[in-house]
Amino acid sequence: MDFSDTPEEADFRAEARAFLTANAALRTDTSHAYRSRAFSEEDVRLSKAWQAKKAQAGFAGFHWPKKYGGREGSQMQAIIFAQEEDKFSVPPGIFNQGVGMALPTIMSCGTQAQAERYARPALFGEEVWCQLFSEPAAGSDLAGLRTKAEQRGDEWVVNGQKVWTSNAHFSQFAMLVARSNPDVPKHQGLTFFILDMATPGIEVRRIKQISGTSNFCEVFLSDVRIPDANRLGAVGDGWKVAMTMLANERFTVAQAEGPDIEDILRLAQQVLLDGAPAIRDSAVREKLANWYCQAQGLKYTRLRMQTALSRGKTPGPEASIGKLVSATKLQEIAAFGIDLLGQAGAVMDPQLAPYNAWFQHALLYAPGKRIAGGTDEVLRNIIAERVLKMPGEMRADKGLPFNKIPTSLR
Amino acid sequence: MNFEFSDDVTTMREEVNRFLTKQLPAGAVRQQIETGAKLDHALWAKIAEMGWLGVAIPEAFGGAGLGYEALCMIAEEMGRALPSVPFSSTIYLAAQAILAFGSTKQKEKYLPVLADGSLVGTFALAEGPGDPSSEAVRARVQSGKLSGTKLPVFDGGVADFAIVVAHPESGALGLYIVDLSGPGVMRRTVEGLDLGRTAAAITFDEAPAEALPLAKGWSPVAGLLDRAAILFAFEQVGGAQAALAMALHYAMERFAFGRPIAALQAIKHRLADIYTLTELARSNAYFGAWALDADAPELPAAAAAARLSANEAFFEAAKENIQIHGGMGFTWDSDCHLFYRRAKQLAGNIGSARYWRNRLLDELTEQSEKAKVA
Repeated sequence: MDFSDTPEEADFRAEARAFLTANAALRTDTSHAYRSRAFSEEDVRLSKAWQAKKAQAGFAGFHWPKKYGGREGSQMQAIIFAQEEDKFSVPPGIFNQGVGMALPTIMSCGTQAQAERYARPALFGEEVWCQLFSEPAAGSDLAGLRTKAEQRGDEWVVNGQKVWTSNAHFSQFAMLVARSNPDVPKHQGLTFFILDMATPGIEVRRIKQISGTSNFCEVFLSDVRIPDANRLGAVGDGWKVAMTMLANERFTVAQAEGPDIEDILRLAQQVLLDGAPAIRDSAVREKLANWYCQAQGLKYTRLRMQTALSRGKTPGPEASIGKLVSATKLQEIAAFGIDLLGQAGAVMDPQLAPYNAWFQHALLYAPGKRIAGGTDEVLRNIIAERVLKMPGEMRADKGLPFNKIPTSLR
Repeated sequence: MNFEFSDDVTTMREEVNRFLTKQLPAGAVRQQIETGAKLDHALWAKIAEMGWLGVAIPEAFGGAGLGYEALCMIAEEMGRALPSVPFSSTIYLAAQAILAFGSTKQKEKYLPVLADGSLVGTFALAEGPGDPSSEAVRARVQSGKLSGTKLPVFDGGVADFAIVVAHPESGALGLYIVDLSGPGVMRRTVEGLDLGRTAAAITFDEAPAEALPLAKGWSPVAGLLDRAAILFAFEQVGGAQAALAMALHYAMERFAFGRPIAALQAIKHRLADIYTLTELARSNAYFGAWALDADAPELPAAAAAARLSANEAFFEAAKENIQIHGGMGFTWDSDCHLFYRRAKQLAGNIGSARYWRNRLLDELTEQSEKAKVA
């Protein structure tokens, strides 16, 4: 075991660090809370400029081909750069959907012409992508989606509603999965499209979350016309393409961000309980110890996965434990941080509540972390079925044509 | 970066695994318990012959000097197989104490015979209920003679000598080598929760005791426990993994309502949670292995985290393994209870979770104080 970089990794880290030092400021203690608010137009402008700067310097698309502006480097380089970038105060990342997910999928499932058209503008921060997958009636059961795509000549007409779309209001393109054939079992009747968000018939509405902020949108599609040339993969292969994309998502989904063990530890040292620092209280210690073990366990699980990656192995569904553990831990830490403050825990004024009301903010966004990108329940199924190889769920809709699947008790 | 066991250790693991599977078929432990055998001398000799006892003992003292990664791996395999041998008492505790705090002469005398299996050692700290602390030690050494009572001393019934924690007539707490077959030693094997790991009550009445010269005060004892905690954590991870595998195997075989119970989400989610706990514990144990090998300043916190997560993972896995087996898991003939008993024995053998939480929090508080000063 050895935590140090290989000579090549160390060179790359130094190179990344030099670039970051020249172009960004180190992160300070007060930069938290920033991440949970909705992105402003200014954030989007800054993010695009930052992405462009990184791409021009060769610090984006680490494993992309050079012809698309990539580095033809390694996954380890992407990890090292992300580790270094995390120490700096940089604009929020709005390119995960495009650079991390859409384009790798287009490169592996799309045509040469599609890859050539979309790769560079995404990598250089000119075009932002979003993902039109979830629907009001299709969340964990994504393959049950109902948005209809009907082929008319060399174009498709799409009608339906999508939901929980991050960044839809400022995205130029979307990855869309729609039902092209309702007469076959659900996984077989889907087709994947690249959608230009400027197409007539698209209406984007912001969703107001429990926190009052709006990080997500709902997207209404009414007679939206998509040229057949923008289909990704074969007609009816939409599920396969979506799965390719979600496999790419595993590389990009980090653990739930927010106050962690070091923050609650610091709070417990500052707050007094019965006249002594809260950290002396044995009930407090029990909780802190538990979160420390989880946080460290996750950290070293990531390092084990990175080791596998650096040896050319592909991390699989075992990566699911990262989000499963961190989202719950986040919610517990947020709630406990508020408990430690007693009556004052209910104060959310950033001038008065510790760390700009970070714990209170986290309490309100943590529930979303346990749902987005696979609910806790779905992640447990993934671990059980794909890691432990336990049998799949009994499916009441198995083999049924989509339009014969029951949708209510009535 | 490389956060995996080295290729040598991985290759060695296969050999260890093969040996244990062959020598210790499932339930071998129960047979040993039923026949009342104390120490399986033949198995112990084979383990010595395989070189496992001396794996982390330096070559200068008769060991193989392969370092702690190899020992951690062996510990994990031992945890999986549940052999009834005094491996941990002899190697993680007695040999480690002598290696860390003994004189060269003591190392030369004891380590080679521990490495070749001709001597079994143990560690005597506890004196009844309560967590490890200097205050809880009442045993006294006066003019080289030890008096006091230790309970429980794991493997105390089969050990040839013990490293005993006691206060000298003046000065700091010490560690003493005591020959358990010598004068002034009365030992009684007591019924243990873990059937495969015997415990003893040992009363010392002016028994000759030889101090380890470098052990002065509580901190060497705490340090010894830290190092042992990492090795025990590997045993616990191995045990958790084995209990999980057992539960999984049974859930796939057992049909109810026309399908394997492994298809039921109540069972799937429970096993997914146990898998998650086991992986977190394994990762913490790995960091512990690194800290042990590098003798890093992070060792106390790493040991406590490894210990606490391994405690939780093994007990959860062992407890739920019985539950998933249903009535079958509640019978003597099922192996479920062997893991269940071992999980609880390991969870308290070098201090309860409370001791380790305090150890961790004290360490973290100290680190943040230091950071403030700096």
